[in-house]
Amino acid sequence: MPLSPKLSADQLEANLADIAPRYTEQQASVESSRCLFCFDAPCITACPTGIDIPAFIKKIMTGNVTGAARTILSANILGASCARVCPTEVLCEGACVLLDRDSDPIKIGRLQRYATDHVYENEIQVLRAATKKSGKRVAVIGGGPAGLGCAAEVAQLGHDVVIFERKPNAGGLNTYGIAYYKMKPEISLEEVELVKSLGVEFRCGVEVGRDVTRADLDGFDAIFIGIGLGDGQRLRIPGEELPEVVEALDFIEQIHTEPLHRVPVGARVAVLGCGNTAIDAATQARRLGAAEVVVIYRRGERDMSAYAFEYDLAKQDGASFLFHHAPVEVLGHDGHVTGLRLVQTRFNASGALEQIGGSEFTEPFDMVIKAVGQQKQSDWLAQLFPELEMNRNGTMKRDFDTGQTSLRKVYAGGDCANGGREVVNAVGEGKKAARGIHRFFGETEAIGPIQPSRWGVAPGPYGSGFDAPIRVPDLEAKYEQLSPASHPAPATSALTSMNQE
Amino acid sequence: MADLSTDFAGIKSPNPFWIASGPPANTAYQAHRAFEAGWGGVVWKTIGDPIRNVSSRYSSIDYGNMRMVGLNNIELISDRSPETNFREIAEVKKRWPNHAVIASLMVDTRENWHDFVRRSADCGADGIELNFGCPHGMCERGMGSAVGQNPDVAATIIGWVMEAATIPVIAKLTPNITDITAAARAAKRSGANAISLINTINSITQVNLDNFVPEPFVGGLSSHGGYCGPAVKPIALNMVQSCASDPEVRLPISGIGGITTWRDAAEFVALGATTVQVCTAVMHYGFRIVEDMIDGLNDYLDGKGFENLDELRGRAVDTVRKWETLDLNYKRIAEIDYGKCIGCNLCYIACEDGAHQAIALVDPAGYGLGPGRVPNKPVPEIKEEECVGCNLCSLVCPVHDCITMVSVENGLERLAWADYQTRLAAGDATAFAPHP
Repeated sequence: MPLSPKLSADQLEANLADIAPRYTEQQASVESSRCLFCFDAPCITACPTGIDIPAFIKKIMTGNVTGAARTILSANILGASCARVCPTEVLCEGACVLLDRDSDPIKIGRLQRYATDHVYENEIQVLRAATKKSGKRVAVIGGGPAGLGCAAEVAQLGHDVVIFERKPNAGGLNTYGIAYYKMKPEISLEEVELVKSLGVEFRCGVEVGRDVTRADLDGFDAIFIGIGLGDGQRLRIPGEELPEVVEALDFIEQIHTEPLHRVPVGARVAVLGCGNTAIDAATQARRLGAAEVVVIYRRGERDMSAYAFEYDLAKQDGASFLFHHAPVEVLGHDGHVTGLRLVQTRFNASGALEQIGGSEFTEPFDMVIKAVGQQKQSDWLAQLFPELEMNRNGTMKRDFDTGQTSLRKVYAGGDCANGGREVVNAVGEGKKAARGIHRFFGETEAIGPIQPSRWGVAPGPYGSGFDAPIRVPDLEAKYEQLSPASHPAPATSALTSMNQE
Repeated sequence: MADLSTDFAGIKSPNPFWIASGPPANTAYQAHRAFEAGWGGVVWKTIGDPIRNVSSRYSSIDYGNMRMVGLNNIELISDRSPETNFREIAEVKKRWPNHAVIASLMVDTRENWHDFVRRSADCGADGIELNFGCPHGMCERGMGSAVGQNPDVAATIIGWVMEAATIPVIAKLTPNITDITAAARAAKRSGANAISLINTINSITQVNLDNFVPEPFVGGLSSHGGYCGPAVKPIALNMVQSCASDPEVRLPISGIGGITTWRDAAEFVALGATTVQVCTAVMHYGFRIVEDMIDGLNDYLDGKGFENLDELRGRAVDTVRKWETLDLNYKRIAEIDYGKCIGCNLCYIACEDGAHQAIALVDPAGYGLGPGRVPNKPVPEIKEEECVGCNLCSLVCPVHDCITMVSVENGLERLAWADYQTRLAAGDATAFAPHP
């Protein structure tokens, strides 16, 4: 049977309402005054964009909410969306020292949203376009979080930027792929406007490789690749082509591009895979009115890549989980999905996953959502930049501190470079690449040394704190003394810290 | 159970906790409620010629989530007639014969003082408190702190009062004076039976940054208000100790100023107070707070093996001395319990920027860090040779008992500044070298 919408517009509005509504002024005041204002706080270290979190929280406490937003947005141009979509439990809030004292970390994400909402809603411009221009031009391929992070920083450093975006709107997964109850697409589009206000030029609906050639790109002084990941992985089982077998990201995109009451969903939905996207799909399917949602994962509960709090959310929403089962066929009738043939799996003595012979059975479903990961865009890259050196896993080789690839003027960041991580990692990597590009242009030091008092954070592809101010100069010497091996000197434009991923 | 009953200059009460003269002690209704809750005494809101108050009277300062850390007010004395007040005191005394009811008075002429003192005794009050302290409004009319700030004037008025007094007289002192003991001595020499302190402190709590009128806002203007609440406790303790240690005072003291808990009360008693008076905490939380005060003080005394308050009274008075008597060779340093350290590094930055640069941030390897401590973050380490034992790190540390100050045996003999000066003069000592 074809899929159909299940609930009324009102019901859907309620079901998909903000899961963490904005703090009131009173809530923000109470929560912000709990912050200890740590020196060199671990939350900053844990933030891939290195936001000075205690500073912005202090500002909220004093009533300087605009200043708080300035602190946030100058470190992370997508501060408003990160406030909503960051897995703060494993980032800033997971590092909060209060966890160790009272088991109750500061609600940093909620406070960040409070501050950024304030400036967006009141149309307060806290960042300014550069007044001094270098005349250099940077092409940014992909208008998602990495591209926006890079473009905003490059523009503020005084260079011209053009973003090439394939979709009608920029923002990437922030616009099209976030669980609706976490963030509405309007927030992402407002952030795109903020980047525009810094002087960044957007060319949307443009496909690089088709509408824009390599020769066009070579006309720019530097290029940033932030194209994200490609199509979903294929299941390679019979019946995969049936119309009710959908990609999780396509399903979520539909929720963002169509009125909620027109988004079709099954009555009994199977979600394949158990990452955070699978959870997003499962919870949204439930909230759209699916009577039953079963998340099917070929490995065990402990092996899933979804965060514990996301797993809890799906369970609260009534999704059930079927571990150690894999689909072997999508069953259909009259061209529509009717169920799945499943097989039990187990880890054998050598730790490899194997199917258990004779354990096959069928389960009725009318919709199958695939959330088994996305492919790398290696083909696209090979076509456009055949000389790029690649890692075996299909990502580009790059300098982690600068984002520079094996091509001097080509930089990369975000999912296409790190293999797929959080929005905030993409923004951070875009920002680092912008600093790398700035220095490539022969400008003054753009990449500070790793803040010495943050030597706990090893430099790496997703690390943070690279350009936070050094507040205690003499720590540097001590740091060199204490752990000389663990930190390379600040990277130069040569690929000193090129690593294999 | 320790005995909390109190004899204050002949005024008896079941416990040392009295409601201070102020808004909670305005009516018989409130006095009944206070005694029902467990308070030992009530000092009536000051009685005098009826006044007229302004609307908008209190203002406060908050700190973080804590409301009303300090409160100020521009409310005057009782706005009810003396007849009503004395009649209600009589009613209250009738119902609560074993509790203390004190009439607080503020009038101007000798005749009026005589009249009000007699009426206080006639209505059955256990004592009289002379309000020489209000720093707002009444002082402009030559009363309140205008009296308390001039010891000779205060002495004269106390003399008038004593001419007519048949019940104990307490002089309530203002802190808005350079030396509180001058006022206390004046009370002593003019025959007062006791003193109470402190009254409120001149203050402006906050300025409205839109209309530029401080709070409390009264039709476009404001006025200096009397400051009280937890924030003033240190000032009050200092003044109570000054009076308690002055051999020329030697009067029973009723301690007032920021008392909110049994612990505050015990500190006042240890510094020489016989009773304590509470106003702001009641204005904040109601009369019920006394339950914890009684309970807590009782348990504390029991824990110490003290049978009554006399055993606690004044125990800390004599440990407060002139600076020149302190041992220059005494040394303490900070010690960090790494099992409790949460890694906020506030101790580090406080010492580095705000004090003596005696804490380093070092590699955490080898330190037994607390269970949830963020790994690999540098940990603070006391540079023992640099630490002057100033206490700042232990004060900023947000974890109980994580940083403690420990005494260090350095083998040096006790040497106070005064002794040192004597020895220098005698040629027995060489001058200290300045700190490098």
